[in-house]
Amino acid sequence: MLDQFMSYLGSTLTPGQANNQLWALIYVLIIFAGVSVAVMAMNWLERKALAHFQVRLGPMRVGPHGLLQPIADAVKLMIKEDIIPSEADKFVFWIAPLIGLLAAFTVYTVVPFGPSQAVSDMNIGILFMLGVSSLAVLGVVMAGWASNSHYPLIGALRSSAQMVSYEVAMGLAVVCAILMTSLHGLGLYGVSKLSDGTGTLSMIGIVQAQQEQHVWFLFKFFPLGLIAFVIFAIAMVAETNRAPFDLPEAESELTAGFHTEYSGLRWSLFMLAEYAAMIAVSSIAVTLWLGGWLRPFPNLLAGPTWDFIFALFPGLTFLGLGAIAFLGTVRMPKHPYFKIQTIGLAAFGVVLAGIGVLLLAIPIAAKVSNHDILNRSTEALMNVYWFVAKVAVFMYLYIWYRATWPRYRFDQLMKVGWKVMLPISLGVLILTAIVGVIL
Amino acid sequence: MLSGLAIAGGLLVITRRNAVHSALALIVTLLAVAGLYLMLYAPFVAGVQIIVYAGGIMVLFLFVIMLVSLERTVKERQFNRIWPIGLLASCALLALFFSVFEKGKKLFEDRLVPAPTESVNTQKIGEMLYGNYMFAFEIASLLLLVAILGAVIMAKKRI
Repeated sequence: MLDQFMSYLGSTLTPGQANNQLWALIYVLIIFAGVSVAVMAMNWLERKALAHFQVRLGPMRVGPHGLLQPIADAVKLMIKEDIIPSEADKFVFWIAPLIGLLAAFTVYTVVPFGPSQAVSDMNIGILFMLGVSSLAVLGVVMAGWASNSHYPLIGALRSSAQMVSYEVAMGLAVVCAILMTSLHGLGLYGVSKLSDGTGTLSMIGIVQAQQEQHVWFLFKFFPLGLIAFVIFAIAMVAETNRAPFDLPEAESELTAGFHTEYSGLRWSLFMLAEYAAMIAVSSIAVTLWLGGWLRPFPNLLAGPTWDFIFALFPGLTFLGLGAIAFLGTVRMPKHPYFKIQTIGLAAFGVVLAGIGVLLLAIPIAAKVSNHDILNRSTEALMNVYWFVAKVAVFMYLYIWYRATWPRYRFDQLMKVGWKVMLPISLGVLILTAIVGVIL
Repeated sequence: MLSGLAIAGGLLVITRRNAVHSALALIVTLLAVAGLYLMLYAPFVAGVQIIVYAGGIMVLFLFVIMLVSLERTVKERQFNRIWPIGLLASCALLALFFSVFEKGKKLFEDRLVPAPTESVNTQKIGEMLYGNYMFAFEIASLLLLVAILGAVIMAKKRI
């Protein structure tokens, strides 16, 4: 086992390619822990951001500015009574959240955080992702059926009909991006005359194609990449049952849709599955259109100095967050009841600033000493940071959509899915193919 | 192990009283078959199997099972009075499988599928489908179009 540990440290392949089970397991555990932390942070951010959009404050009591609220929520859900409806089908009731959770988390085996930081880079990465996210529909359907009550059943049928409809548009938009990997030309409209028409379905290959073509696929063939991205962005919001497509779980129409009868820990599994699916499809969108782990302008502003400047960004981000926390500490009310919260927020600010200093130290030390491990860890840090930053932008956009837009009625939802998104995505696909052949 | 899982899933499909349990067992079988495709160096077929079969067709099955009331069928008596003939038919099928297995032994002598040395499975399927079998591809899409038209006409209130 130790030689499996040591032999991977110098390699530039993913653990799947290097046939190294120990490191694959380590990556899986890191991703699982990271996603769980991200889900809790997302829960907090959603409540605070929604509140600020609605000109109120959100959770302020539990920790300083509500920072410990997700932990309180998790504890509450775990100690709640586990109610199973009397006529419910016990086996299906038990297995439905697990299927949703499995489908949401299995997508992370193909998500690339760097050129060799993926759990395993399959040749059919995108196909695997589409297939596994279509298994999530089964979890929803079974949850609604097993509850043996009419609100969940209607919610489950609506939700699965919506998810299946928007999967079609999502798949076509993905095919559009994959077409662009076979072009091998430079720049916005570049198609190389030497392109032999072979693209790749592997996720790492897609990002490397963007790096090779010097352009994010968002801007390739100028309006077409953008339209395909917008269709994928809308379809992914509908796919994860989030606002404005959240009629199946809308509180005012259907109590809580397909997860009405689930209480306590099972409901938290559904919530975990929903947020994990959101992060998963956002990372797919980032990989396909926004250049994955590439920092801005990797080819235009190349060279060691620009690399160094961009490598300072992670540390500066965390120092900035620490500064915001200190600002919050200074602005806390000066009442003795607030002493613990003030100290807590100051400690949190210190932790963030400490992480920022550490992340600044790594690239500076790498530049000074040019040690091999430091160089590679700087690279890995940069890749992971830019990837996570882009996905974080998508998460904030999800919350913004929820705060801003009213809900679609179900027939309007289905009309948009089939009559608007499908023809537009077909048109974009055909136009991309034509432009790729002509140019 | 995967084939054992597929067989177990198949057995569960036909022995469960509750139709939803049968559908779930069928999903297990289909996923096991996708795994078998992966072991035969055909990742594209495995991926498409999961997307189309497990993700699309089984959702359709589950919709139909839920929309058709099933309480009556669960309490019906199972009709298996003609089990000797069923046993004879399955024994004949087993004999057929054995004869195919014996005759095909010469093809895979070391009982392993050789890994393909040329291009990738996806690319090969694409070349074959749009090259040699283009006509069959178009006929299949026409068949799907006819099915969609039929469904739409049957579901409309007025033609």
